[in-house]
Amino acid sequence: MFGEFEGLILHIGSFLVIAGIYAIINVGLNVHYGHTGLFNIGIAAFFALGAYTASILVMPPPDPNLYQRYEWGGNLAFTLGSERIGFDLWFPLVLIAAAAVCAAVAYLVGSITIRLRGDYLAITTLGLGEAVRLLFTNEGWLADGTRGLNGIPRVLDGVVDPQWYDFVFLPLVLIVLLIVYFVSQRLAGSPWGRVILAIRENEDTVEMVGKNAFQFKLQAFAYGAALMGIGGALYAFAKHSITPAAFEPFFATFIIWAMLILGGSGNHRGAILGAFVLWAVISSSQFLPGFLGDPNLRLAVIGLIIVVVLLIRPAGIIPETRTRT
Amino acid sequence: MFNVGDRLSTIFNRNAIRDAVISVVGERGLMAIERSTLIAVGGFAIWALVTQLDLTVNGLLVGSVYALGAVGLSLVYGNLHLPNIAHGDYMTLGAFIALFVFGSLVPEAWNDNSVGPFTFSYTLFIALPIGVLFVAVFAVIVDQLVYRTMRRRGALPGVMALASLGVAIALRGFIQYIWGTEVEHFPRESKQFFIWTVDLLHLQDVIVRVPPDMIFVAVAAIVLTFATYLFLNMTKWGKAMRAAADNEDLARVTGIDVERTNLLTWVIGGGMAAAAGILFAAGQGQLLTISGWKILIPLFAAVVAGGIGNPYGAFAGAIFVGVIGEVSTAWLDPSYKPAVFFAAIIVLLLVRPNGLFGQSRS
Repeated sequence: MFGEFEGLILHIGSFLVIAGIYAIINVGLNVHYGHTGLFNIGIAAFFALGAYTASILVMPPPDPNLYQRYEWGGNLAFTLGSERIGFDLWFPLVLIAAAAVCAAVAYLVGSITIRLRGDYLAITTLGLGEAVRLLFTNEGWLADGTRGLNGIPRVLDGVVDPQWYDFVFLPLVLIVLLIVYFVSQRLAGSPWGRVILAIRENEDTVEMVGKNAFQFKLQAFAYGAALMGIGGALYAFAKHSITPAAFEPFFATFIIWAMLILGGSGNHRGAILGAFVLWAVISSSQFLPGFLGDPNLRLAVIGLIIVVVLLIRPAGIIPETRTRT
Repeated sequence: MFNVGDRLSTIFNRNAIRDAVISVVGERGLMAIERSTLIAVGGFAIWALVTQLDLTVNGLLVGSVYALGAVGLSLVYGNLHLPNIAHGDYMTLGAFIALFVFGSLVPEAWNDNSVGPFTFSYTLFIALPIGVLFVAVFAVIVDQLVYRTMRRRGALPGVMALASLGVAIALRGFIQYIWGTEVEHFPRESKQFFIWTVDLLHLQDVIVRVPPDMIFVAVAAIVLTFATYLFLNMTKWGKAMRAAADNEDLARVTGIDVERTNLLTWVIGGGMAAAAGILFAAGQGQLLTISGWKILIPLFAAVVAGGIGNPYGAFAGAIFVGVIGEVSTAWLDPSYKPAVFFAAIIVLLLVRPNGLFGQSRS
């Protein structure tokens, strides 16, 4: 359609979709770390739970001749598909379901572990991430183990040629990102958000003025996890297939942390910008010429970028504006 | 609606359970219940450890491998307030330096004769110090370039951890660029496992199979941890390090050069990491660029279990993690091991919020 630029345009489309999804997850992480001060290095847990919840709900029940262990699919996409009711009602429902599952898990796990001191909370969240990934790796009946789920139904499928699908999906991702941004921004400015910020600064003071800091932390943990779940659900639809390997700590947790610190933790605009900038660097570095295009050297360069940014701009690209009231 | 979390947390709150139970059975009843629960849990643990003797013994050995890495990690964590995510990659770096010594630096004939019952040759005793020295120097250089600036700025531990993530990624990238991503093999000679048959109370025979290299690694871990203990407690520099870790300002006031103790921490932490990486790789006979990264999870679990910043605690924590991980494979798929580590850690932290030997810090 666009001649020689077709490859580039396709690349930009898929870049924007994935960067937008990372931005949504990053807003969730910013609620956790940037605003509440919760040190969550188990992003992968909620990322994977969101992606798998969404996919299992929309996948058709598997053909027993094809699968030995994988048993269940919710078939929501067929039941509520556009052929039946005129529009893809299942899409927002599935996003809400993914958010709800993640919030519920965060609430349960948080009520046990969130009292732990910062470092200890971090290690338990890392464990949660690993546990979720191992669950989907080992329990074949749930989501076909290491082979993962393929051919996940897509929203608005068949509107355009499959290779241009990213440009149908991109507006949806951006709409969700905008909603997430505005809701989170409003929450951050609300009385609830001010208590959250105060907890980050000094938890004892918050307790002293009669707020139940534990409850506020738990709510913030559940809310951030819900955003991560929405991001995970969108990721499953964008990729069209998911495997447990996609939720290894490196790409599903640490890259997102690097995005937050790069963009500037403590403000949602920084979080969103960080996701787009770092993903642009990572995904475009494959076009570098000569020996710089070597995948291992690219890895090294990404690592060096993280270090250099932390050294020369510790508050990130958009530093948090501290308000006095 | 907002009280669900409170309710859930009261379920896990020991005092609330205590009060509820006392109101039903009284103080003495509670003591009896506590004692019998303790006996039941302890009894189950002993029963599991004894009937799965093979797994227990191997868990002890695996734990001692973890201990080698965890002691250095805990030292750096406690002294510099840095959860060093690059620790695993320091291990890998040490192992690759050793591999270079084995493969390129010494004549090939040197690798032919293996030591006693072990699979590796005497070259290991040349490769080990070279690798340890290299990584110690490397760790000091990275500290001077990266972490010192951040320390001066008063960076939070989380930001420091992220910097170490950057170091980890960059280091792994360079290692893969130089050595490639394929499995590398250490020169080794196959040896028989040690096999003992233990008669358990004349009820059943249990066969314990132990790879000889693991025993070497375990002894090395104990020796190195003990050496660290002696250094930290018996020498002037060791005491200065502990003082600086405990209260930096106070240490500075009493004339301790904190920057120098920080460097010393890196020399020991980096050196221990290299030793762990080399011994682990030599024991396994093979090496991957992601080996160090993969072992990071049990290492952090061990550090947390032992109480952050307590090197001997880290040793105990590593044994705890190793044994629980191995024994759990009697009932669970081995790939669930990392999840088992963390379940055990969470239970441990609920009972002892600062780890096995941790002291509360405010």
